[in-house]
Amino acid sequence: MNPIANAYDAIVIGGGVMGCSTALHLAQGGMRVAVLDRGPLCREASGVNAGTLTLHMTRAALVPYAMRAWRMWMEAEQWLGMGVLATHVPGLTLAFTEGECELVELRAKARRDYGAPIEVISSARARQIEPGIHPALLKAGYCEIDGFASAYLTGRAFRHALARAGVDVLENRPVKAIDSDDGGHTVRFDGPDGTSVLRARRVVLAGGVWIENMLGWLGVDIPIKVLINQLIVTERIRPVMRTVLSVANGLLSLKQFANGTVLIGGGWQGEGDRLRGGVEARPQNLVGNMRLAAYAVPALAEARVARIWLGLEAETADAMPIVGEVPGVPGAYVVGSAHSGYTSGPFMGRILAQHMLGQTPDLPLFEPARLLGMPMPGA
Amino acid sequence: MAEDVAAVDLLIVGAGPAGSNAALRARACGLQVLLVDENHDAGGQVYRPLPAGFSRSADASQSAEVRAGDGLRVALRSAGVDCRFDHKVWNIGADLRTDLIGPGGSTSWRPRALLIATGTTERVVPFKGWTLPGVMGLAAATILLKSQNMLPGRRTVVAGSGPLLLAVAHGIVKAGGEVAAVVDLASRGEWLHALPSLAGRPDLLWQGLLWQAKLRLAGVPMLYRHGVRTVETTDGGLRIQVDEVDATGHPLTGGECRTIAADSLTVGHGLVPGTDVTRLLRARHRYAPERGGWIAETDVDGRTSIPGLYLAGDGAGIAGAAAAGAHGELAALACAADLGRIGSETHLLERASLLAAWSRPARVGRAMAGLMALRDGAVAAIAANTVVCRCEDVTRAEIDAAATEGARDLNQLKAWTRCGMGPCQGRTCGDVAGALLALHGGSRESVGCFTGRAPLRPVSLAEVAGDYTYADIPIPKAAPL
Repeated sequence: MNPIANAYDAIVIGGGVMGCSTALHLAQGGMRVAVLDRGPLCREASGVNAGTLTLHMTRAALVPYAMRAWRMWMEAEQWLGMGVLATHVPGLTLAFTEGECELVELRAKARRDYGAPIEVISSARARQIEPGIHPALLKAGYCEIDGFASAYLTGRAFRHALARAGVDVLENRPVKAIDSDDGGHTVRFDGPDGTSVLRARRVVLAGGVWIENMLGWLGVDIPIKVLINQLIVTERIRPVMRTVLSVANGLLSLKQFANGTVLIGGGWQGEGDRLRGGVEARPQNLVGNMRLAAYAVPALAEARVARIWLGLEAETADAMPIVGEVPGVPGAYVVGSAHSGYTSGPFMGRILAQHMLGQTPDLPLFEPARLLGMPMPGA
Repeated sequence: MAEDVAAVDLLIVGAGPAGSNAALRARACGLQVLLVDENHDAGGQVYRPLPAGFSRSADASQSAEVRAGDGLRVALRSAGVDCRFDHKVWNIGADLRTDLIGPGGSTSWRPRALLIATGTTERVVPFKGWTLPGVMGLAAATILLKSQNMLPGRRTVVAGSGPLLLAVAHGIVKAGGEVAAVVDLASRGEWLHALPSLAGRPDLLWQGLLWQAKLRLAGVPMLYRHGVRTVETTDGGLRIQVDEVDATGHPLTGGECRTIAADSLTVGHGLVPGTDVTRLLRARHRYAPERGGWIAETDVDGRTSIPGLYLAGDGAGIAGAAAAGAHGELAALACAADLGRIGSETHLLERASLLAAWSRPARVGRAMAGLMALRDGAVAAIAANTVVCRCEDVTRAEIDAAATEGARDLNQLKAWTRCGMGPCQGRTCGDVAGALLALHGGSRESVGCFTGRAPLRPVSLAEVAGDYTYADIPIPKAAPL
């Protein structure tokens, strides 16, 4: 094989929200960029998550990031050229027991400290805002900044935006290895005609739960935990709710889309792993999730389930994102593992791109080096 | 949460000819059998039971099909098969755990072997007006005729492809209705070509000729190599435009074109094997258009690529109802052998006679499946503004636009357009949507099929949740602050 020149300023491996956003912002900053994904764009977590754009479930310290990203989603048509049906509605976190009331107060305060406009309101007021909530409600956290998108449209929107920005999108190209040297990185991947090679000055690892494996290509060991989240969507039903609902412990997300379908999420765990992806739902966890949903909004009991699926979520040892330079490998970067990553995703890509372009990021990155040697809780 | 999962040797989903005969054979081998069907009794589509509370008048002459169905139901009642009718299977796990919901609530089973005998879904290649009231599938018309002798309309056009055309047209005439025309994508020559396969089934050959003669006597026009182009509503009913087509089903330029007035149209373009369960469990599949489309890979005995999971009848690739019974028995025998309940000698001996009983009708069924196979030209001729996915109102133009923008596989198409996202989970549109996407430079293999997802049948939250209070909900550990 002939030695090849650096064809790109940056190659992004992993075409989810964070990878695509990084690529887009790099290209807009003048870099020549390619995105490689082993499947189509945004067909893993970025395309199959519940689409909640909320501050209630975002980790407190990520609120400033999520608020900026929330704005990006709401304005997606402007910077992507195609929307994802992002819809601005208020969000409520429900408490049905005394213990949950305490939790709602605690979680609201922690987020208020980071700038989230969350207040705790009475049951009466909450049920004025959302009349369909179960009358046993005691209190609720209320946030005016909340909403949702239709996550399945994310890939189409980013594909459109990347094409417009001149980014080369190579889908269905599983990367096998990266060889790094002083001049850059050689990325080896499977193509339709066998193994192919591309070279770039910089690589960005944006593979969600597979970031652990990707870092392994560069000899860096940072464990990433894999969550297998179950999601449930109903058939179209009459309007039964207008807000985004969650419960105090964060394990329910509930919203009704304009088309009448209701999406039930919240992170109840199914079967699967990094190797096989999401394999199957756990029936007892489906029962639990459906009970919680139908308890919170009793009118949901009549709704029929149209589809159940699984989405993978990544978590680092300190459950904070990993966004920045790969320690010890010049020109290699990583972006991922934000809790409620869909909400914050586009902003994470923007700040990494700003850093790579030599600009000062709007908000600080999340240095990967901190995670070296940090034990995974419960591991 | 208390988990109550009952063990059973063999769980069979679908009590049509394949499933019912499998149940009987498995019982004969000493297996404990649970037979599940969403209908109120056994029989499936071909041996359809009468609605609950209905009975046939004692003096009426019964067709062979009715007698076979009644015989099957009687046999099941005395064989000691645990029949769960009015039950839907809504979820199946990788360990074959099967979750049912019936009139008495939900139950869960852990079978040692699971046999899927869920048959087929009718395919309709969409045309303008195919979703109008008064337009229904050939299979739907069959249900009306068989279960209650009801006519689809006063004056009906029977259109599409395959042997159901003749069966429905004859059924309508026999029940006193009028058939305005039979519109068949196949040519007379294609039917003649399929005739040799009928040599082993003189009964069917005779029945077909008799039906044809009766239709001729009733003055029913037979339009071979014709297809329905558009349907519109008029004051009195439907105006159906019918075009002459070529061998691929595409309208012939300068071909004959006529308009027929009727108040109903029954139309179907073949049957597609039901792969919901095998796709959900990620069994290996292959695209076999001559067998109906995508089918799970199986051996002759119905073993899939997943240990313990078996497939029988038309769901394993179309071979017809007559072959389905023997196929079900073959699969049941394989289950019994694989579970060590019969010796290999017994297995081989009984298998040999079942294979002989299966091969003749299967040959006929496969010839018929060939006649019903999806025709590329018919797909290519779908008009841009025609709805393809009727659950989500996705038109061909929207599918084409997504393909042009870069959607290359069916699941990507689903995400981009909602095609196949509705309550039928793509059972109705999946085959045609795949064919449309493949027109944009892919193959049916590269385009793939929709990922299988639970629930296999829609279930309400109330059905799954059961009776509970807030304290009964096992709330997991709170998410990090």
